[in-house]
Amino acid sequence: MNLQADVSPGGATPGTAVSKAGQDAIVVRFAGDSGDGVQLLGNQFSQETALAGNSLATFPDFPAEIRAPTGTTYGVSAFQINFGSRVIKTAGDQPDVLVALNPAALMVNYKMLRKGGLVILDSGAFKDRDIKRAGFNVDPRTDGTLKEFRVLEIDISAQSLEIAKPFGVSQKEALRTKNIWTLGLVSWMYDRDMASTMEYIARKFGADDPIGKANLAALKAGHAYGETHELSGDVAPVSMPAVKFEPGTYRLVSGAEALAWGLAAGANLAGLEMVLSSYPITPSSPILHILARLKQFGITTFQAEDEIAACCAAIGASFGGKLGVTASSGPGIALKTEAIGLAISTELPLVIVNTQRAGPSTGLPTKTEQSDLFIAVFGRNADAPIPVIASHSPGDCFDVAIEAVRLATKYMTPVMILSDGYIANAAEPWLIPSMKSYAPFKVQFRTETEGFHPYVRDPKTLARAWAVPGTPGLMHRIGGIEKDYNSGNISYEPANHQKMTDTRFAKINNIADDIPEQGVEVGNTKGKLAVVGWGSTFGPISRAVHNMRDQGLDVSHIHIRHIWPLPRNLGQLLKSFDKVLVAEMNQGQMLTLLKSQYLVDAKGLLKVSGQPLKIEEVTNAIRAQLGS
Amino acid sequence: MNVTVPPDKLTAKDFASDQEVRWCPGCGDYAILKSMYKSLADMGATPENTVFVSGIGCSSRFPYYMATYGFHTIHGRAPAVATGLKLARPELDVWVVTGDGDALSIGANHLFHALRRNVDLNILLFNNEVYGLTKGQFSPTSRVGQKSPSTPMGSIDSPADPCTFALGCNARFIARGIDIQAKELGVLFARARDHKGASFVEIIQNCIVYNDAVFADFTDKDVAAEMQLHVKHGQPMLYGKAGNKGLRLNTQALKIETVIVGENGVTEKGILVHDEKNRVLAGMIAALRPPSFPEILGVIYCDPAATSYEQAVAAQEAQARAKGLGDLDKLMRAGNTWSVT
Repeated sequence: MNLQADVSPGGATPGTAVSKAGQDAIVVRFAGDSGDGVQLLGNQFSQETALAGNSLATFPDFPAEIRAPTGTTYGVSAFQINFGSRVIKTAGDQPDVLVALNPAALMVNYKMLRKGGLVILDSGAFKDRDIKRAGFNVDPRTDGTLKEFRVLEIDISAQSLEIAKPFGVSQKEALRTKNIWTLGLVSWMYDRDMASTMEYIARKFGADDPIGKANLAALKAGHAYGETHELSGDVAPVSMPAVKFEPGTYRLVSGAEALAWGLAAGANLAGLEMVLSSYPITPSSPILHILARLKQFGITTFQAEDEIAACCAAIGASFGGKLGVTASSGPGIALKTEAIGLAISTELPLVIVNTQRAGPSTGLPTKTEQSDLFIAVFGRNADAPIPVIASHSPGDCFDVAIEAVRLATKYMTPVMILSDGYIANAAEPWLIPSMKSYAPFKVQFRTETEGFHPYVRDPKTLARAWAVPGTPGLMHRIGGIEKDYNSGNISYEPANHQKMTDTRFAKINNIADDIPEQGVEVGNTKGKLAVVGWGSTFGPISRAVHNMRDQGLDVSHIHIRHIWPLPRNLGQLLKSFDKVLVAEMNQGQMLTLLKSQYLVDAKGLLKVSGQPLKIEEVTNAIRAQLGS
Repeated sequence: MNVTVPPDKLTAKDFASDQEVRWCPGCGDYAILKSMYKSLADMGATPENTVFVSGIGCSSRFPYYMATYGFHTIHGRAPAVATGLKLARPELDVWVVTGDGDALSIGANHLFHALRRNVDLNILLFNNEVYGLTKGQFSPTSRVGQKSPSTPMGSIDSPADPCTFALGCNARFIARGIDIQAKELGVLFARARDHKGASFVEIIQNCIVYNDAVFADFTDKDVAAEMQLHVKHGQPMLYGKAGNKGLRLNTQALKIETVIVGENGVTEKGILVHDEKNRVLAGMIAALRPPSFPEILGVIYCDPAATSYEQAVAAQEAQARAKGLGDLDKLMRAGNTWSVT
């Protein structure tokens, strides 16, 4: 049987006809114990796939536990990649291939595989005890559990041990090469050039390290196994043609990387140095890790004692004339809210990155959700508006971060970026931008003493003057107590509080004049149905709307980047559709926002399973809305 | 002798803002504020390079009355805001003004970390053993039995001691003064400012409305001499009107006891000599409190570290930047990339 054969529609690309000779996308899911190195396997395979010119999207899906007990289902770590010769927008609804490195990995994942899909098993990991531990009563290879799939059993454990041992590594180290052996096999299956992985191994271990040598040998052995064991009877290598991308230089980028670089780029365009002040939290920590290595970019990183201190130190840095940034996730954002209010009251620039995760409370720390829209827009005591911007893909985080810095410095306000766990960890091919293509927005600190008080405002933007300590003649005091509009001194005057509240409100509202009008991603500016999304649901909505339009349905896709203030034309745009469907990974937060702002009778496609939205879920909802 | 004052020499008045001071009449904060005006002028500080950061509470209104830069932040968080400011602008003189509730209840965590990191901040804790601005509840330094709106039958909380707390946080400069002792406070302010790293000064401050005279047993004029010991580095720890009372170390019990020189064979040689670099000694004397002992005042501990926190941060950054500033275009193109033509 050939991998290209037996591909049923409704698999990776619902609604797309896939011919036997020309499957244009494949979804592979790697799964194993959390100590098996599945994420590394997935990332390296993604790298090889990207370098081969395919389009791709990835979905690392791992548990919160670092090393759960071996062989348990809750310790299973998975990595899904969807790659193809057409533009890939999601990590795929259903895997075509599942690589399961132990019974628990099979248990957790086999049901999501499409019928007729291929299961590759490490038979060496299927001892009775492991099978029972995974929750199978009987060996799933023998009782018909896998009858709807093709199964390829290889004793990957034994193969890895045998190949690695001569390098003088321990039994444990030898067995740990099995992820790399598997990568060799899968690289053979998809005709991948393994040079980038070889370089990676050499770089990680050093050329002379026995563990490095063992891994290199395992990589080659896995590849050779495919060639020499005549697996082609079952799985002939597939060569996926490259996608016709726009010309330029590309790389794989994760959301966390693009966001960190975007912050650095934003600070650079503003002519500011940056102080990133954070407290470790999943899934936000990579932003701190990445920026901690970029000190040569005028970036100071500070790991604070808690989330509150992290936000406060960022505010202190902004008071001092640098760009204060703090990055966190839901529970951490909740802790920062009082401090964000201080930055609103003192009108200091501050960028807050919220990499959303499933909640409430601790929730599912490694799983994704979009349920912090309310806390972003409304979640502070009193009337405390701030701009909120959401990124829709890993690469998009770069531009969103720059936009956040621009708004924060131009309007002297905190700005919240909404990313999520899926975007932060997922990777996609990214056309690397040139810094020359961005217009600088250099900050001008106040130095003129004439007519100065701390709340003297730019008449157009309403932003207050940014005068930093150390500037002669501009000594002033700011703070969370209400200030007089005309002098910046403490004021308890009723009329003044009204005026200051109105001014803070107007300042943020006016930003709507400084952001693009809402466009339509797919389809028309009017019609029967608009599917509205924001953030990481971009991929599945976009693909689903494309597919449904191909089938002749009148449906369009609107994706909102500026969550607050909303684009000026959004209400009008929504009203030009008969029906509005808001698809989001929460209980209807954007839905409520749009209803309250525009009185539109929108419906919701709402999902909070900790898993990304699927294309099929969106297409089903579109069909239901349009009664077809 | 005629001293020529340079025309640009600032005076105490130059550090006072134009805002009306709004503490209760007779509040100890007035005296501290006045001492600060004078001290800054005496130290040759410049208003534009001086910043006062505060939290919430009576004492935290302090920045509004200074003609320097100031930031009145949120409850308990002043050390965190000040740390960020100092990271951004290490060259500034950054003062933190806080109270016993602000620093030791809601903000104890931040105080702990600012002290242990050794950020070059001058932290002044006004200790009046009560929550003033919220109308008189007991605070973390209130004594057991203190009656207040929230403790009508008396407080049952064991109080925290600011100076021993600071020592436990590995603070490298710890001092204690009294609100009305302007001259002594001025010395402490100058020493705190000169100290590179976190400086911690507890200021005993009388709240005339909610906790009046709680320190009277050692601050009242008629008992002050008998109940205050102003320690000085290298000097024997003597006190009392006649200067013949002293502290002695009982080495067998490993505790400090009060003695009178000239009585029971006690000579001045037997009196403890203050060594502000001795952390163990600092711990012992900081914990002595009236009525059994005199109140210990002055610089209790001062042992600067080789570098302060923001200096260490700057050193790492300088090391990273030694090879030149980063180039974003290069950074994003490093590693595995591919070209599409």
